[in-house]
Amino acid sequence: MGLLSKKDSKLIVDPLTDNNPITIQVLGICSALAITAQLKPSIVMAVSVLFVMGVGNVVISLMRNIIPSKIRIIVQLIVVATLVIIVDQVLKAYSYALSKELSVFIGLIITNCIIMGRFEAFALGNGPWRSFLDGIGNALGYGVILIIVGFFRELLGSGTLFGFKVLGDPVEKTGLYAMGYENNGFMVLPPMALIVVGLIIWVQRSRNKALIED
Amino acid sequence: MEHIELFFKSIFVDNMVFAYFLGMCSYLAVSKKVSTAVGLGAAVIFVLSITVPLNWLLDQYLLQEGALAWLGEEYASYDLSFLSFIMFIATIATMVQLVEIVVEKFSPSLYNSLGIFLPLIAVNCAILGGSLFMQSREIETLGLALNYGVSSGIGWFLAILAIAAIREKIRYSAVPPALRGLGITFIITGLMAIGFMSFGGMLTGGDEPVKNEEKTAIIEKEIEKEQVDTETEVSLVDNLTKEKE
Repeated sequence: MGLLSKKDSKLIVDPLTDNNPITIQVLGICSALAITAQLKPSIVMAVSVLFVMGVGNVVISLMRNIIPSKIRIIVQLIVVATLVIIVDQVLKAYSYALSKELSVFIGLIITNCIIMGRFEAFALGNGPWRSFLDGIGNALGYGVILIIVGFFRELLGSGTLFGFKVLGDPVEKTGLYAMGYENNGFMVLPPMALIVVGLIIWVQRSRNKALIED
Repeated sequence: MEHIELFFKSIFVDNMVFAYFLGMCSYLAVSKKVSTAVGLGAAVIFVLSITVPLNWLLDQYLLQEGALAWLGEEYASYDLSFLSFIMFIATIATMVQLVEIVVEKFSPSLYNSLGIFLPLIAVNCAILGGSLFMQSREIETLGLALNYGVSSGIGWFLAILAIAAIREKIRYSAVPPALRGLGITFIITGLMAIGFMSFGGMLTGGDEPVKNEEKTAIIEKEIEKEQVDTETEVSLVDNLTKEKE
């Protein structure tokens, strides 16, 4: 990549795998679990966080030398809250049904620990361009997990993807259902999100032994 | 009765952790020892019981559509609800700071046990989530809002206490290496959430009569309508016969 130096591209690639915000840093779990029963809200959530993270990291990074360190948490919260209000109003204007479905969880992006965590750990000490890349990288790492969880929960739970019946029609017994396949209704319920994330962590740590905790 | 129902519903049925995954970050990070878990849990109850009623007042008298009516007629049409995120989080952040200062001044022993957790709480999703759910569920009175804050705090406290106790014990178990720590905590929380789902049926018994009442009310209305319709028809027929005469 000509645009990015090797060090810069590491900022984007690292959070996708070995330094994933959800499975390794354990940040931003609340929203990751609650809205992943289907693929569509998961993607909308991932895009919203991508926007808030990218812009927020740049803003904080630009202000990093003028924020008094004692009140920095409040300043950060105000910046995030403003960005989240924009996301919320846009969603309400263009996709009202989806914003109803996501209900309070768009608002909860404000207290999503990934955002505060990256502000504290990165944007306060680095320039705007690097902070932007770091924000995008972490938001992508977050989005990847969200989409994986949403994919499996919707596929196994309702037999659909984006609402399309990819496994056949359960009522008319076509496709897989003709062979006696049944949807696992349990996957749609909240507890399964936790277990799916637990399994992703298991797979990831089995592949990379260095990540195992003692 | 309303209060008791809301109390049990917020603790068990709509448990912050198991039903909505709120405050998961600190739930996972601070649940390694029971003693610290108790400290954080108590701080969450404390802060929720202050911020939820406070944000309820803000919502009622400042943010809702028509909430500014008390300022005068010309303000009655304002709807500031799009500002609620920023108002709620500002309230929470300042309240946490204020509580920290007050507690430090008047009860050093409480400060020593809660102190380190208070700054963590400003960015705990459970606190903001409490206020946002209070808003979206349209809780009616200040008393109910206080009740909701306290009881959802207790629900969170129970959840973190339980997982901390399990994690203390699980250290002696032979968990597969790759699952150790975070992985197994997720899976255990999932299993606990399945257990908590069984409380879901606890309150449905009370809901059914209400639905029946609604149904009968609708039927009564329909009957009334029919009566009105027949009356108008009768009067029409009367008019027609009069005209013929």
